[in-house]
Amino acid sequence: MYAQMVKSQGMKSLEEMSPEERAFQERVDAGEKIEPKEWMPEGYRKTLIRQIGQHAHSEIVGQLPEGNWITRAPTLERKAILLAKVQDEAGHGLYLYSAAETLGISRDELTEKLLSGEMKYSSIFNYPTLTWADMGAVGWLVDGAAIMNQVPLQRTSYGPYSRAMIRICKEESFHQRQGYAIMMKMANGTPEQKDMAQDALNRFWFPALMMFGPSDKDSVHSAQSMAWKIKMNTNDELRQKFVDETVPQAEYLGLTVPDETLAWNAEKGGYDFAEPDWSEFFEVIKGNGPCNEERLGARQKAWDEGAWFRDGLTAYAEKAEARRANATLAAE
Amino acid sequence: MSKKEWPLWEIFIRGQHGLNHRHVGSLHAPDAEMALRNARDVYTRRKEGVSIWVVESRQITASSPSEKGPMFDPAESKVYRHPTFFDIPDEVGHM
Ligand SMILES: [Fe+2]
Ligand SMILES: [Fe+2]
Ligand SMILES: [Fe+2]
Repeated sequence: MYAQMVKSQGMKSLEEMSPEERAFQERVDAGEKIEPKEWMPEGYRKTLIRQIGQHAHSEIVGQLPEGNWITRAPTLERKAILLAKVQDEAGHGLYLYSAAETLGISRDELTEKLLSGEMKYSSIFNYPTLTWADMGAVGWLVDGAAIMNQVPLQRTSYGPYSRAMIRICKEESFHQRQGYAIMMKMANGTPEQKDMAQDALNRFWFPALMMFGPSDKDSVHSAQSMAWKIKMNTNDELRQKFVDETVPQAEYLGLTVPDETLAWNAEKGGYDFAEPDWSEFFEVIKGNGPCNEERLGARQKAWDEGAWFRDGLTAYAEKAEARRANATLAAE
Repeated sequence: MSKKEWPLWEIFIRGQHGLNHRHVGSLHAPDAEMALRNARDVYTRRKEGVSIWVVESRQITASSPSEKGPMFDPAESKVYRHPTFFDIPDEVGHM
């Protein structure tokens, strides 16, 4: 998902836990929210920093593939909508960075860990957006997949994370619907436009399925995260749900999901579908996707070239503060 | 590389006239004025407010979670502070 393959420690049984750990687990089990200054296991804190940080980085880097089309949107209205959508993603990044900071890491540390490659962002944003139809496919599929994961996370055990998720979920539905609206327009347009829509679906289908991460049904990391309620469903559950919801939407558009094995399975009440190519996924995560360099390069450039601006505003704030202090002194 | 990180601000928004300001989240800004402007963009993109307060986070003094018991438990035994503690006969009518 936006946070793929976040590693945590192995799991302890209630008997192996210290009294503090046991009291903590019982609060989580009872559905209580954990707040920043309260006692928490070190593993919980560290895993959350990794997870929320990765999620925040994904929102920020995720602006780039769509930002690519703002200046080339086909109408002024489409441009305004896309701009608003991308601006929302900046907001999502900020809500999540703030939530991560309550765990004792600074904003600059988080940024530096992204730029050094120590922290990751979602693999999906390392794919290029080649045509306007990709704006449709990204909103429909990428935001659609993000929603699958973010809706249950509103109930996560960590208070600031849960509140950030609630705020984000309120805004995501607009993202998915504006994407689907673009797809409807293209799919009902000229044959060339419909081809572009189909091509976008072809290119984004499997990368969207990869967003949920490889199967984790046997993973100890995942079991610990689920016990802590910082992960609410297995990757496979969410992927299945996404496919089941998305296939009828593709049918409505008159587009074909690029998977010949796709078939309704009445017994399980869901679709059978092909797994994405996981070796491609691991390559993209390692930094070898089509756009990894470009994406991190853009973030590095913004960070470096914005330094004088950040310093300038700090200097101005310090001067204004000193002026105020002098004025108060003179008046006394 | 910047020398200094912008300080953190806590943002409070009055959602509608007549309601209290409520804490909605935080953000970084170099000074109060910029914190207000940023809060407008980060927290009220969909008309979520009619007024914003910003307070530098380090100015807030918070009660400590470990003092939760001594702080709040004494109120528990003072049930007479609630109107339901008192039985008023039906004949008296609404009170
Ligand atoms: Fe988002
Ligand atoms: Fe997103
Ligand atoms: Fe979104």
